[in-house]
Amino acid sequence: MIEIIELTKKYGKFTALDSLNLQINKGTVFGFVGQNGAGKSTTFSILATLLAPTSGTAFINGYNIQKDTKAVRRQIGYMPDFFGVYDQLKTSEYLHFYGASYGIPYQERQKLIPRLLELVNLSHKKDVYVDLLSRGMKQRLCLARSLIHDPEVLILDEPASGLDPRARVEMREILKELKTMGKTILISSHILPELADMCDSIGIIDHGRLIAQGSVSEIQAMLHQERTIVVKFLGEAKRVISFFEDDPFVSKLTEMEKGSLQFVYRGTEEEQMELLKRAVLQDLQIISFSEEKANLEDVFMEITKGASLS
Amino acid sequence: MKNFTLNPVLNKELTLRFRSFKSYLGILFYLLALGLIIIGFIFIETIAYGQNFFRPSASREMFMFLSALQLGLVLFITPGLTAGVISSEREKQTLNILLTTTQSSTSIIVSKLVSSVAYLMLLIAASLPLYSIVFLFGGISPGQFFITAGFYLFSIITFGTIGVLVSTLIRRTIIAMVTAYSILLFLTGGTTFLTVLLSEISYGYYGGNVSGFFPFPYFTAMLNPFFVLISVLEPSFNDELTQYTGIHFPLWAAFLISYTIIAAASMVISIKKLRPNMQRG
Ligand SMILES: Nc1ncnc2c1ncn2[C@@H]1O[C@H](COP(=O)(O)OP(=O)(O)OP(=O)(O)O)[C@@H](O)[C@H]1O
Ligand SMILES: [Mg+2]
Repeated sequence: MIEIIELTKKYGKFTALDSLNLQINKGTVFGFVGQNGAGKSTTFSILATLLAPTSGTAFINGYNIQKDTKAVRRQIGYMPDFFGVYDQLKTSEYLHFYGASYGIPYQERQKLIPRLLELVNLSHKKDVYVDLLSRGMKQRLCLARSLIHDPEVLILDEPASGLDPRARVEMREILKELKTMGKTILISSHILPELADMCDSIGIIDHGRLIAQGSVSEIQAMLHQERTIVVKFLGEAKRVISFFEDDPFVSKLTEMEKGSLQFVYRGTEEEQMELLKRAVLQDLQIISFSEEKANLEDVFMEITKGASLS
Repeated sequence: MKNFTLNPVLNKELTLRFRSFKSYLGILFYLLALGLIIIGFIFIETIAYGQNFFRPSASREMFMFLSALQLGLVLFITPGLTAGVISSEREKQTLNILLTTTQSSTSIIVSKLVSSVAYLMLLIAASLPLYSIVFLFGGISPGQFFITAGFYLFSIITFGTIGVLVSTLIRRTIIAMVTAYSILLFLTGGTTFLTVLLSEISYGYYGGNVSGFFPFPYFTAMLNPFFVLISVLEPSFNDELTQYTGIHFPLWAAFLISYTIIAAASMVISIKKLRPNMQRG
């Protein structure tokens, strides 16, 4: 289980991660989606105890990432977005090294490593030097490496980036298998369709903020039903506010600066038209009534790039 | 990688080091350089004395020369070998993964240091046959020989910790190397220059006045491994220094204390700075 509380990371004045709250239950596959620079890797680095948060904190299986770093490291298998390998080391030796670094005895590693290589389809490469493997193979090897101490939580930062379509499919197959093994998986991508079918839940992050969370269908529903409407008006605010608040499709009404308010509308377009008509007829002195393009929609368009979600 | 009693990081470092052709090439070049200089030394000796054979009485001189030469060579290699141990892993992007394992920062730093020191000690061990020339002619005691060996080990460890420290603090290997070499240059060349300069000043000030002491050359000399080595092998050097500075505390002890402090501080800072302090952002 992963619990992120008000996690914030600032680089000087720039806020890369802004009060992120998130709870991911045991056994869940959670997809973390966002454009380049949204803050995905920053979040993952903090969870992997590689980067100190500016404020806020997180717990992994109840262990605090700032205080119980060693226990957290035992709980997680981390795969960074970019990583290198040691040259002069063979595939099986590579895994032996990291296995030993987690304190796994030699005999145990001897049994474990062939199984891991099997899982990521690299058994035939066990005696090949790691730096001679193809990019996709290195990525799979890195995944095997992150599994070596049998962690309960996997933190995988764009594990499929830079892979060709076939390798992506292979990577997804492996991840599905890990899901059946009951691991809690936190996985990131900047394209939603890549994650859509294998994640139980999705979080969309933009400019360091979590702007939507839920299953893929929930997020889609959210997009289609909700509109944010901004109304500008003259005169007294009280009457205007009470008029809109009385409408059953209006929620989250907030007064902006003087003479302007904003609310979320869930009705159909006809109902929206009727609402405006009534408002004008009641002499509410409305200057403008406009739909604010939701930030979520922008981001959603960007991360789906026209691909269909199935 | 069968040996699981050895620390995994150290085990891997040693495996990689001795799998790399460069390491053997390094040993070869080291011995070649050392051998050539020694042959040159013998050649000059025989010419200077117009004899066709090597003077046995020169073997003590030869030992001192060899010891200083070896110290110079080894110290010259140390920054190159240690200043990249952490920064190069950072650059190759292997450090992140290593830091997410349960290996402690201490074991990572110590393993990196030990593997470099082990290679340097191997260089010295490989040069032992060259020393046999000296032993053949006598003139030095085994005690002096072992003291010299211990002195090497101690100096290598200290300069090694400095290398590891700059490698941990500085992200770019090139800059870390330049920094480590600058520190080495200061602690050898810089302190030599200062010691000589300060001695001159002291002579100028106190010319004939025996009661006036000028302690500063002592403090620069005690940081210089070459002066300390000479003071150990040639005690008359101490007397001269005492004459200037009035400090009777043995130079080697001052060296031991100051270098132990440098090494310990470098180690502690490296270990602390390897991973971010998760409590403070
Ligand atoms: N060390 C740093 N110093 C300053 N700014 C940084 C640093 N690391 C990251 N950032 C900034 O923080 C923001 C978030 O970066 P992050 O790497 O988390 O994005 P990301 O969501 O992983 O993007 P991508 O999809 O490109 O991997 C970016 O704007 C980035 O420029
Ligand atoms: Mg990233």
